[in-house]
Amino acid sequence: MLVPFERFFDPFVTMRPFLRKRGEFPRRRVEFPPYNVWLSDDGAVITTELPGVSPENIDITVASKTLTITGSRENEEVQNGDSYHRRERWYGNFKKSIELPFIIDVQKVSALFNRGILKIELHRVEEEKPRKINIKSE
Amino acid sequence: MQDELSKKEVETPEGVERTRDEKVFLPAVDIIETKNDIVIISDIPGCDENSVDITLEKNILTIHCKIYKNNISDKRFVLNEYEVGDYQRVFTLSNEVDRDKIQAKVKDGVLKVILPKLEQVKSRKINVTSE
Repeated sequence: MLVPFERFFDPFVTMRPFLRKRGEFPRRRVEFPPYNVWLSDDGAVITTELPGVSPENIDITVASKTLTITGSRENEEVQNGDSYHRRERWYGNFKKSIELPFIIDVQKVSALFNRGILKIELHRVEEEKPRKINIKSE
Repeated sequence: MQDELSKKEVETPEGVERTRDEKVFLPAVDIIETKNDIVIISDIPGCDENSVDITLEKNILTIHCKIYKNNISDKRFVLNEYEVGDYQRVFTLSNEVDRDKIQAKVKDGVLKVILPKLEQVKSRKINVTSE
């Protein structure tokens, strides 16, 4: 699913950190894996929690404004005769795309996987960056 | 399905507050019993070996993980699909665990606690003889 552009300007999203402090975090369905996104004039940072996924099993693709993360996590290996007392952790394949409000510079994408958290830094293409225009008086 | 995957907060008794202004989540676990061990596998993204605390008091095993905060202060937080906080989960152990040989490992945000079974429990096979 593509996250619509408008969501970045959704007032409820802006309010969420404040609501969260008061324990009123609105519950909603989020496609797996959940992303946290930060934005600036220069680019964006996306983080997602993928514990136990080896970096070789994560694929990051960038096309125009869209970032896609695909990957998988294997089930724990179980020997014959072993039994599960509890089974709560997820496993399987995942794929999720997100649309950013700018064209991503493919050359400058960097990704870091640390302690089970994937952090991707994206930059705006140079031509798209906001530019200051000097005003001349005649 | 999504609700099962989203993080669940640790419940506190009504009127009781934490001193730290942080959320605490229940990490998802798989518990597998093998021939020799009981293995607890837990998802604790954001934690490493230095931030995990495992304590055993009497027969209560407590796993507590402090997360490292992401410092992205130069940007606006625009999309919040998951919350970040510490993890805590408490288990009661049966008498069949060898307390002195408990091992724990952390890799890529996954904690693995190996609780070996006591020798005498392992070999508790009863021979049946005919009269």
